[in-house]
Amino acid sequence: MKYLDIIYNGLVRENPVFVLLLGMCPTLGTTGSALSGMSMGLATASVLVCSNMSVSAIKSFVPPAVRIPVYIVVIATFVSVLQLLLAAYMPALNATLGIFIPLIVVNCILLGRAEAFASRHGVVASACDGIGIGLGFTFGLTLLGALREFLGTGRVFDIVVYPESFGSLIFVLAPGAFIALGLLIGLFNYIKSR
Amino acid sequence: MLLVLTVVCVGSGALLAWVFRVTEKPIAEAAAQTRIRAISGVLPHYDNDPLADCVIVVPVSGGEPMKVYPAKVGEELTGVAVESYSTGGFSGRIEVMVGFDTRGILIDYYVMSHSETPGLGAKMDTWFRSEVASRSVIGRDPGASRFKVSKDGGDIDGITAATITSRAFLDAVRRAHDVVFDDNVLKPLAP
Amino acid sequence: MLAYISIFITAVFVNNIVFAQFLGICPFMGVSKKMSSAVGMGAAVAFVMTIATAVTWLLYNYVLMPFGLDFMQTIAFILVIAALVQMLEIILKKVTPSLYKALGVFLPLITTNCAVLGVAISVVQKDFDLLMSVTYALSTAIGFAMALGIFAGIRTRLELVDVPAPLRGTPIALISAGILAMAFMGFAGIHIG
Repeated sequence: MKYLDIIYNGLVRENPVFVLLLGMCPTLGTTGSALSGMSMGLATASVLVCSNMSVSAIKSFVPPAVRIPVYIVVIATFVSVLQLLLAAYMPALNATLGIFIPLIVVNCILLGRAEAFASRHGVVASACDGIGIGLGFTFGLTLLGALREFLGTGRVFDIVVYPESFGSLIFVLAPGAFIALGLLIGLFNYIKSR
Repeated sequence: MLLVLTVVCVGSGALLAWVFRVTEKPIAEAAAQTRIRAISGVLPHYDNDPLADCVIVVPVSGGEPMKVYPAKVGEELTGVAVESYSTGGFSGRIEVMVGFDTRGILIDYYVMSHSETPGLGAKMDTWFRSEVASRSVIGRDPGASRFKVSKDGGDIDGITAATITSRAFLDAVRRAHDVVFDDNVLKPLAP
Repeated sequence: MLAYISIFITAVFVNNIVFAQFLGICPFMGVSKKMSSAVGMGAAVAFVMTIATAVTWLLYNYVLMPFGLDFMQTIAFILVIAALVQMLEIILKKVTPSLYKALGVFLPLITTNCAVLGVAISVVQKDFDLLMSVTYALSTAIGFAMALGIFAGIRTRLELVDVPAPLRGTPIALISAGILAMAFMGFAGIHIG
């Protein structure tokens, strides 16, 4: 039950996209479609789960003074592994997400969770935290991607909902990313306040 | 303290080196696969390995060296695929693989990379092979003087609201055509 | 010369790091509430980005590439940037305390600014030579500082506006940034050379 609670916490109460407002660069940069948003979310989530577990496993050996550099090395290692795997087995996805894959390293969510959660809890709990926060991030990115794709091209996950010519293309372009995210956070705030 | 840092770094370096060794081949294959798919999509029937027979041509008229992939049946040349580019895109470089038969008639094309606006310029991957004859570049001779967008007095309808991309795309196609059929690289390819 | 002007115009206006490339959004939203901190952050980023790009370029082309270690790129770059930021902090403190006072608080934040790592990776991907890389980094940083400055000006005004409660704070700031990004789209398609 405790572990489920940790997952729920990351998914809803501390949702990184809508509540903590972390990792905004990939949130805006990779949500041109629902699919690419979801892929980015899952990529980040997998790195987060691995880094959280490793940080938690080595926490008692790491002196506080070199804590941050060690975490950075751990995170960067998993990001590089992911980068190589994507390039080898999913080259198309790697090309779509492009520079945002290596930039997972500087996503504040990862270092933040390592510092705030994984360095204080056990391996299983840290993995759950990684899953929760990771899925929360994925959920946020997928929702934003779906909204932008829907408003911009009339499709969701490439399934046509209404003809493309009625869409307002601006939502697929850069300005639409900011506007759609602003509106979604506003909606989240409105629901919370009721 | 230093020991921990060293151990972590060595560990991560070792892990990475191992993953790199494992993925090295698939990565190279994936890159070759994309190119093969692009080439085979734009060429007529062939039984050679165009990738192995690739020649690099430096255009007489200037510009970057370009890769030309010949398609052969037996010893006879049936067509060529050219990896072409244009720097005049709306937001950067456009790279296109263009296939011709031996007379210089365009068979098909494949957009390899671009960074044009999604929903506008990015439509070029399907727009110019449309069923609408005035849009299609397939079956045309890019050496002809009217191989231009209709706005510039040509025969081809450019992408709506993306004239710059359309011009750049046609520029890349024409460049591919010219490098092969003006610089006379066909002869040495067909012995 | 034209090539450098072209890099400059592209990086500052056409392909602005914040509005077109979506990098450095966290500091862009985080420190744009006051004009003074926006200017400080802009200057600090310009400083670090230029030096970091030069160092990582040298590292990539003279160490990683020759030894076939380019798969270590991400790890090496982030460590170099982190170390560089620390060193700059110490050097600035000793050499020019006045500059340190102005930029000091922003320096630790820059390590996790994805714009710095992003630019370092892009110049390697774009195959720029050293001088072009430094030009690109400096121009990008100027573009960032400009975006930050303009946005800080808008946000100080937003404080005075009656905004519906759920949209107050970050949401309305994001929507304003979107409108600003639309304005920047007007630069798209500009070519020089």
